[in-house]
Amino acid sequence: MAYDIQEILKERILVLDGAMGTMIQRHRLDEEDFRGERFKEHQYPLKGNNDLLSITRPDIIREIHELYFEAGADVAGTNTFSGTTIAQADYHLEEAVYDINFESAKIAREVADEFTKHSPDKPRFVAGSMGPTNRTASLSPDVNDPGFRGVSFDELRIAYKEQAEALLDGGADILLVETVFDTLNAKAAVFAIEEIFEDRGKKWPVMVSGTITDASGRTLSGQTTEAFLVSLSHISLLSIGLNCALGAEQLRPYIQTLAKKAPFHVSAHPNAGLPNEFGEYDQTPEEMASLIDGFMQDNFLNIVGGCCGTTPEHIRLIAEAAAKHSPRMIEELIEV
Amino acid sequence: MSEVTLRLSGLEPLIVTPDSNFINIGERTNVTGSKRFARLIKEEKYDEALSVARDQVEGGAQILDVNMDEGMLDGKEAMVKFLNLIAAEPDIARIPIMIDSSKWEIIEAGLQCIQGKGVVNSISLKEGNEKFIEQAKKVKRYGAAIIVMAFDEIGQADSYERRIEICERSYRILTEKVRFPKEDIIFDPNIFPVATGIEEHNNNALDFFRATKWIRENLPGAHVSGGVSNVSFSFRGNNPVREAMHSAFLYHAINNGMDMGIVNPTMLEVYDDIPKDLLEKVEDVLLNRRQDATERLLEFAETVRGEGKKLVKDDSWRKESVEKRLEHALVKGIVDYIDEDTEEARQLHERPLHVIEGPLMDGMNVVGDLFGSGKMFLPQVVKSARVMKKAVAYLLPFLEAEKAANADTSTAAKILLATVKGDVHDIGKNIVGVVLACNNYDIVDMGVMVPADKILDKAMEENVDAIGLSGLITPSLDEMVTVAKEMERRKMDIPLLIGGATTSRIHTAVKIDPVYSGSIVHVLDASKSVPVAGELIGKETYQGIFSRTKEEYARLREDHANRKQIKSYIPYENAKLNKTAIEWSDKTMVKPSFIGNKVFKDYSIEEIRQYIDWTPFFSTWMLKGKYPKIFGDKVIGEEAKKLFDDAQNVLNDIIADDLLYANAVIGLYPANTIDDDIEVYTDESRSEVLTRFHFLRQQGKKGNDLPNLSLADFVAPKSSGKSDYLGAFAVTAGVGIEPLVKKYETDHDDYNSIMIKAVADRLAEAFAELMHQKVRKEFWGYASSENFDNEALIKEKYQGIRPAPGYPACPDHTEKGTLFELLEVEKNTGMSLTESFAMYPAASVSGFYFMHEEAKYFGLGKIEKDQVENYATRKEITTDEAEKWLAPNLAYDI
Repeated sequence: MAYDIQEILKERILVLDGAMGTMIQRHRLDEEDFRGERFKEHQYPLKGNNDLLSITRPDIIREIHELYFEAGADVAGTNTFSGTTIAQADYHLEEAVYDINFESAKIAREVADEFTKHSPDKPRFVAGSMGPTNRTASLSPDVNDPGFRGVSFDELRIAYKEQAEALLDGGADILLVETVFDTLNAKAAVFAIEEIFEDRGKKWPVMVSGTITDASGRTLSGQTTEAFLVSLSHISLLSIGLNCALGAEQLRPYIQTLAKKAPFHVSAHPNAGLPNEFGEYDQTPEEMASLIDGFMQDNFLNIVGGCCGTTPEHIRLIAEAAAKHSPRMIEELIEV
Repeated sequence: MSEVTLRLSGLEPLIVTPDSNFINIGERTNVTGSKRFARLIKEEKYDEALSVARDQVEGGAQILDVNMDEGMLDGKEAMVKFLNLIAAEPDIARIPIMIDSSKWEIIEAGLQCIQGKGVVNSISLKEGNEKFIEQAKKVKRYGAAIIVMAFDEIGQADSYERRIEICERSYRILTEKVRFPKEDIIFDPNIFPVATGIEEHNNNALDFFRATKWIRENLPGAHVSGGVSNVSFSFRGNNPVREAMHSAFLYHAINNGMDMGIVNPTMLEVYDDIPKDLLEKVEDVLLNRRQDATERLLEFAETVRGEGKKLVKDDSWRKESVEKRLEHALVKGIVDYIDEDTEEARQLHERPLHVIEGPLMDGMNVVGDLFGSGKMFLPQVVKSARVMKKAVAYLLPFLEAEKAANADTSTAAKILLATVKGDVHDIGKNIVGVVLACNNYDIVDMGVMVPADKILDKAMEENVDAIGLSGLITPSLDEMVTVAKEMERRKMDIPLLIGGATTSRIHTAVKIDPVYSGSIVHVLDASKSVPVAGELIGKETYQGIFSRTKEEYARLREDHANRKQIKSYIPYENAKLNKTAIEWSDKTMVKPSFIGNKVFKDYSIEEIRQYIDWTPFFSTWMLKGKYPKIFGDKVIGEEAKKLFDDAQNVLNDIIADDLLYANAVIGLYPANTIDDDIEVYTDESRSEVLTRFHFLRQQGKKGNDLPNLSLADFVAPKSSGKSDYLGAFAVTAGVGIEPLVKKYETDHDDYNSIMIKAVADRLAEAFAELMHQKVRKEFWGYASSENFDNEALIKEKYQGIRPAPGYPACPDHTEKGTLFELLEVEKNTGMSLTESFAMYPAASVSGFYFMHEEAKYFGLGKIEKDQVENYATRKEITTDEAEKWLAPNLAYDI
């Protein structure tokens, strides 16, 4: 990669893009759009499998990336949140996983390169998005059988490895393990990533972003923010952060904890507030940007963006705010 | 502010800073350390097992050590299951997990279950750099800290120099080659027991302290941990002393830089609360401050009574008169003050002998009465004997001096004891010796494998008042007859006592009594030896018991002769026709995984102990009852428990200090029967006969449909054309026992001498059980899915049998010779056979494996001359010789 993201992070706060799903919903796609030519004959319904659109409606995905870059994002997250064999099993599309990830990364890469070409002083990056899958390695799906597990570490490791390989092959600059609600899943992901680094003899920056599910301040699997941090500090991360589930306001104390304790850069990409009674996010770009402005004022952040319910307009205001602030400095570790 | 420091996590973080207090690692969720936890896991009582974990967390454990290394468990499965269950318990999962295993696959399976940053316990350089690096890399990738044992290719570090050498080497590799975070490295520089009585152990604690200090000063970032309870291993059962040792050890270890460890918080005394006198002695030992530190602590420990925390020194008895004190010491088995009390008594009495005849014998009479009335039990009596022996040993120089001065020779009655030629079993004999000694008999113990002439020469030389013969295997019965005949030839008239497991009143009456005109008495067990010896030696009582037993035995002989005529036998040829009906044609025999012999050297005693059947152990000690129900017995339960605990301690010592070795050889061979012989072939072509085993067949007249059994029935006849197999085995758990026994005997410690033998016997039986299971499931593999617990194993619920030559189904001991040749037992295990075909070491088992589902144990019973003659022909020996070896089974008189 021509640009050193580590160097840029010393200079300024980097901006991630916003929600992918929210933007896709605007297109009101039907089953045929999801199927395209390639999956016309697929035996199971495919509507809602957003990741698949990178293959069947690349035009839409390309456009969304363009909108976010135009709004001021530095980093585009690939359309691969559910791009593991484990998550795609819901659609019986395990065999499409490599293509989904490869094509998604390729689209984002192409768009990013175009933008970088036009404004070389603001290079754009592609973060390969690796979601949590729909299974948990340290929680039982069956309340009556707490020792049972729906997925094993090795199954996750293998699935994540396949996804990450394809993302890197497609041109991702960064791997983003996000929306971590079970730390063990994330450990399997970073384990797989390390294996790839060893195989390829090369390293890529890795971002990990966890999810605090409610006011208890814990992940779904029960860890406090600091325990989450400790549990994932064994590899040298580009950043650790939090995203999803909560709005910026609710996320603040946990971001503060990370800012205080993390030996890595800190990221946040909150939702646009909490969902209303219809499940919609109605926090305005102004409201959200002003909350995030407070984070940056207090020196909490190195990377910022949006999750569910955020739009290019949200990102535009967030990027404007980010430009006004200097990034959080990582304290030198003190030898004792 | 962020510091480079050890950070761990469960659901919550644990940050270890230099200001942190000592990090306490909970140890009860460890199957090797907690019997209760092991039982809960084995019985799959996971709810209760979780409550053990919860108690640990609530009790202040900051890291939870989980260990599932147990022979009877699928360790990996148990580890995964338990960690998954813990993950569902937020109050437990709060703290970081320490995955404790010696097996890498269990460690890795555990690492895949924990979302937090845990600790791996442990890896080491034991298998060299490559393995070490590979495992460390994996641990790093899983995101865990690591405990590194001070262990390398040569072995476990046991000196200061070796500890720092290995730790430094490990550290360099981890930090330079693996790039392991140095703050995540925790060294375990081996806490070993002190005060073991072995001089090399004296510096064990001190070396640990010094190594800890060195690590903390020279290996930046690294931590030091260890299992503290190890240090007090030699004081198991004495909690006050152990608690004091743990606290004092921790005090010094922490001062030297140890910052975490496995400590049972309930086994910890407050350092400042340790009584000064105890502390001084404990620290003398830990810091190796004086030559006699161990002795002094041992002595002191005996006087300290109490259960956990409350330190009660029960010394009120010290205020009593010297007679009472001696009695108390004898009854309670306390040796601490015996020298000073004996000395005090000596000064009060005119002659040293009077001390023995007076207060000491009075005390022993109390012991005898209590024993006789069932209020004391053999293990206690043996301890009493130890006190008595010590007292007598103290008086000996005074007695000698007096003897030299006035040549007075009157002493107690003397009894010679010996295990006869060809036999090595002496536990029973030793017990009798102790019991008799307690009753003021002077015992001349000649040991084992003593030929008749040696016994009798010694008896005459020492002018003994009686001879006691012991033996366990059936050929010893004959040897006893030989001794009796020789006594008659030498015109001796001293009484002869007969004892041992295979001896019986009827055999004594029929075979031994007629050949000796002197008095012969069969003694059923040790407790009967005292009254019998008393009557035989007492001048007034001798005639009474002499004529009474002579009459009784004559009557028994008569009954025997009469009864024999009633029992009817069928001709051997007819018996062969009535063999077990097995339809071989529709059977395919399972082929073993290998053909030939397989040797197991220095097998894990830890694994073997899981297979022990404890019930016979208690009967060795004359405590009747089934394990574990025996512990609930109102009368003997408590004593049985103590005995059991002592046995556990002995086992722990055996394992910790490698005191005994267990070796085995098994052989699996193609085999078929021809008549009642089993031919063993060199290979599957079955063209070359390697050896032949000869079996005998029941000849008693059977009821309808009942076969006349022979072990040969359970292997396919050659004529059936079916390929069948026979297995054989020889196992021992007694290699290395001699120096131990010698040490105890030198120390007048019969209790431990008997204990180690009894435990070794149990281990040998357990080893046989274990091997048989392995053969069934793995090597022969005909029952690969079998899954029985130890109780089921003891009840022999499995398919197949392992009869031993010399036992009821194949009573001819000489077949053991063939078996030993086939398996090359001497070369492979260090076991050997005496001229009577007893196995040496005594803690050994050998036999055959039969796999057929019809195979069962049975008793041969009596056989007729036609079979004996046929057998002699098959074995190519004379009928006389066959009759000699088969004497107990002959239906006719020779």
